[in-house]
Amino acid sequence: MTRPVTHETVTESGDQGGPGVQATAADDKRRVGDSVFRLLATGSGLTILVILALVAAFLVIQGSPALLAPAETLKTQGYGEFAAWVAPFAFGTVWAAILALAMAVPVAIGIALFISHYAPRAIAQPLGYVIDLLAAVPSVVFGLWGTSVLAVATQPLYLWLNTHLSWIPFFGGQASGTGRTILTAAVVLAVMVLPITTSMCREVFLQAPRLHEEAALALGATRWEMIRMAVLPFARPGIVAAVMLGLGRALGETMAVAMVMSGGRNITFQVLTSNNPNTIAATIAQNFPEAFGLKTNQLVAAGLILFLITLVVNMLARWIVARRAEYSGAN
Amino acid sequence: MRITPFASSLVALAAAVSLAGCAANEAAPAGSAAATSSGATLTGKGSSAMKAAQEKWVADFQTANSGVTVNYSPEGSGAGRSAFIAGAAQFAGSDRALKDEEMGAGKFAGCAADSSALNLPVYVSPIAIIFNIEGVDSLTLDPATAAGIFAGKITTWNDPAIAKTNPGVTLPDGNITAVHRADDSGTTSNFTDTLNALAPTVWTEAASDAWPAAIGGEAATGTSGVVGAVTNGTNTIGYADASQAAKLGHVTLLVDGKKLTPTADAASKIVDASPLVKGRATNDLALKLDRTSEGAYPAVLVSYVIVCETYQDSATAKLVKDYVGYIASSAGQQSAATAAGSAPLSSAFQAKVKAAVDSIK
Repeated sequence: MTRPVTHETVTESGDQGGPGVQATAADDKRRVGDSVFRLLATGSGLTILVILALVAAFLVIQGSPALLAPAETLKTQGYGEFAAWVAPFAFGTVWAAILALAMAVPVAIGIALFISHYAPRAIAQPLGYVIDLLAAVPSVVFGLWGTSVLAVATQPLYLWLNTHLSWIPFFGGQASGTGRTILTAAVVLAVMVLPITTSMCREVFLQAPRLHEEAALALGATRWEMIRMAVLPFARPGIVAAVMLGLGRALGETMAVAMVMSGGRNITFQVLTSNNPNTIAATIAQNFPEAFGLKTNQLVAAGLILFLITLVVNMLARWIVARRAEYSGAN
Repeated sequence: MRITPFASSLVALAAAVSLAGCAANEAAPAGSAAATSSGATLTGKGSSAMKAAQEKWVADFQTANSGVTVNYSPEGSGAGRSAFIAGAAQFAGSDRALKDEEMGAGKFAGCAADSSALNLPVYVSPIAIIFNIEGVDSLTLDPATAAGIFAGKITTWNDPAIAKTNPGVTLPDGNITAVHRADDSGTTSNFTDTLNALAPTVWTEAASDAWPAAIGGEAATGTSGVVGAVTNGTNTIGYADASQAAKLGHVTLLVDGKKLTPTADAASKIVDASPLVKGRATNDLALKLDRTSEGAYPAVLVSYVIVCETYQDSATAKLVKDYVGYIASSAGQQSAATAAGSAPLSSAFQAKVKAAVDSIK
């Protein structure tokens, strides 16, 4: 894989030094193309905002009957008081995503660095394709694999962890007899967020200025020191963005979690038991088919909470990146 | 520029939806213009428990009456009931009868203005307690023990309460993993109702579609999810439609000294033994299931077809009568038993349903 030309080496040419005095007909033609393209681009940008606004409006309008209903009504016609009902699911959503990212991010960065800086070209390219291929596997397949293969295979390990390491709070409680725990779900989620996080990290690492890398090597740095000094600081905002994309996938993943995890309505940090906090997306998917009336509204309102969680998490990430911008080598 | 195609697709979508809506409402009058036999469409929605049976009934009925289309979408009992109430479906499939407060003349958009609805039990299916325990082939439990296991009060297989009803069986000392449905389900409702009826001191929760949150345990999505979790796990127990869990061991229930297994005969007995809900119209066959009736397997799911007393037009009424009449007939019941593993209604009860169907106008 050839290194793309870095920004510094792009020569300043183009607009100002353009054709200058030319036939006005060609000039006009180009202006038409310009304005058409500008309109298309602006339109695309607006479309995404409109879609987002429509989705938000749908969630608010459809969810508000449940949000506004008194707790008593929700107890009889819905799933129970809203805040108490949704809190375990909100916790489960974030907790499962955190566990998944804790497993996926180090591996993703490792794979990306291997492809960009360690592997010979003959290996790096096919490996990149294989990783991208992983993204094309439908989540239902991951779910099936998780529940019928991974859960069964990891159950003895969970039992061992539970017997010998139950003094660690995470491994406490009574170990699941099926292996369908939040830890298994997190492993499946980790595999699912791996491709998107890896390919983005890889692209960012490839963008690291070649001159910085060579300078580091020239000063006697080892390859790892070079990566630490020249590549990682430059790539930090990109890594955060990649993690955020992965997090989005992990937060919103429905089918695999619904199939793999034995989800309930409790808040616990124990990862080996049958009683795991379900995720919002899985709860909606599991209950929507039999829901009607206020129950439907309540599920949509839970969707609104998920929407807000995603929004807050993304804003937090942007803020972190912005705050750390001065440390990065990008500028 | 981009907004235009987006907007136009929205318009197209809206048009398609409204057209579909019209089609659903006007199908019957269109059918009445021609002979009933051609081009008529009947729309039903509801219970996914009787999906396999409905598919079989639809296939049988359409073969016998060429040109008639019956659509049954198994979107769930709740969806079916609300579609029927809103007039979007001409009949609903539901795992429970409509409650007293849901009944009443004029409450159903698809029925005539002065018409209430009829609840007709047509699908009876035994719910088996399934288990997968190392080295154990058959298991007998009394209701209190079964309730204790599912409530999480009995946690190991070598518990004295289990050993007492299983003399000669070597039970492992492993932990019990009790699997329940993660999604709302009529199966859960009937199963928890059974535990509550037979062991009220151990199982204090009322029947509900959702598994009681206070109890917990292993949750799995759908019947296939529960069967999969029980099959793949070790020392597991769960509950599922008996016909869908044929490969697993079924618990024998020991009620008042009688051993009951989830067979078709034992299941359909409960329908004959149960009284009707009081205060309903003569032809409404909503059952107040008596799960303690002697010799009847208590954990059964009874699904209803909910129809109008009087339809807005006679063509739809005739179509509904023909279709539901077939479902409740001996041939229809036998057909579902073969295809879906349900328990056929007794001939006495078939006659009751037939009388009710004949009263539809």
